[in-house]
Amino acid sequence: MNLGELRFMRRKVILRVVSKFIIPFILLFGLYVQWHGDFGPGGGFQAGVIFASAIILYALIFGVEQTRKAIPAWVTRSGLSVGVLLYAGVGVATLLLGENFLNYNALANDPVNGQHLGILLVELGVGITVCCAMVTIFIAFAGRGHR
Amino acid sequence: MIVFTLLGFMCATVVGIIRIRDLFSVVMLTGMFSLLGAAIYVVMDAVDVAFTEAAVGAGVSTVLMLGTLALTSREEKTTGSSRAVSGGLIALVTGVILIYGTLDMPSYGDPQSPIHNHVVPRYINQSPNEVGLPNVVTSVLASYRGYDTLGETFVIFTAAIGVIAIIGRGRRRRKKPEDQTEADT
Repeated sequence: MNLGELRFMRRKVILRVVSKFIIPFILLFGLYVQWHGDFGPGGGFQAGVIFASAIILYALIFGVEQTRKAIPAWVTRSGLSVGVLLYAGVGVATLLLGENFLNYNALANDPVNGQHLGILLVELGVGITVCCAMVTIFIAFAGRGHR
Repeated sequence: MIVFTLLGFMCATVVGIIRIRDLFSVVMLTGMFSLLGAAIYVVMDAVDVAFTEAAVGAGVSTVLMLGTLALTSREEKTTGSSRAVSGGLIALVTGVILIYGTLDMPSYGDPQSPIHNHVVPRYINQSPNEVGLPNVVTSVLASYRGYDTLGETFVIFTAAIGVIAIIGRGRRRRKKPEDQTEADT
């Protein structure tokens, strides 16, 4: 696959229409995996990758410039740190509430509720960081080809 | 039985990867290899691992390899036969050593194996009361082993930062005219 083929892919009508149709479903599935990870297989890591794959598919079909219009560089860059900070921030919050680092029992009155809240926030942090990392890495690679 | 069928498919894929010189096909075959691995994980009831393998191994890493191909060459360079022989020998010896290493491991699903007698009973028995999530894997990953997952998140963060630092912007090279149109990453 070279640059010419990448440009060629953008002109394919079927690819454009089909990907436009399925990208919302991929995003929805990513959100499902993110929030349903407590009950079934999945979690922040898988959800982040699925969410990023929808964005990467968009970038493959419609081009990196178009993707950067939808998701500017500052969004993915700050998302990278926001996810990690959210994760570590939950740990610091539990420290301030008088428990060990990342012991979620302190986050709510009931320890089990605290665990639920802590896991939800931590998984969200993982998801944001993984998604932004995948998009950043892909665009760093693909963006170089557009000279 | 189904595991051996899948392993056979994986071996066939590997032979294809070794023999084919067209790197686009090789990348597609590595994606297939990961998908077959994910299927084996499903058969072994490790659905969370299978999910990750399918999403990362078959999905994103294939796309990243394609991105690399777009920057480099599509054809594999042929190596000399002497190097092929020595490389094959090293791969063979490594494989034999790895198989020798697995001989000491407990057999699959053995209830007496150390991994099932250390912390696993505690996780399975106590996590409904302590964490209360139906998916014990998530409980272990995010709560009992929260430190490890935090470390993994930092690894991914560092990987992305490294990519940005190495090929992301290239501020020093921006003075060259051909880099003027470089997409902002």
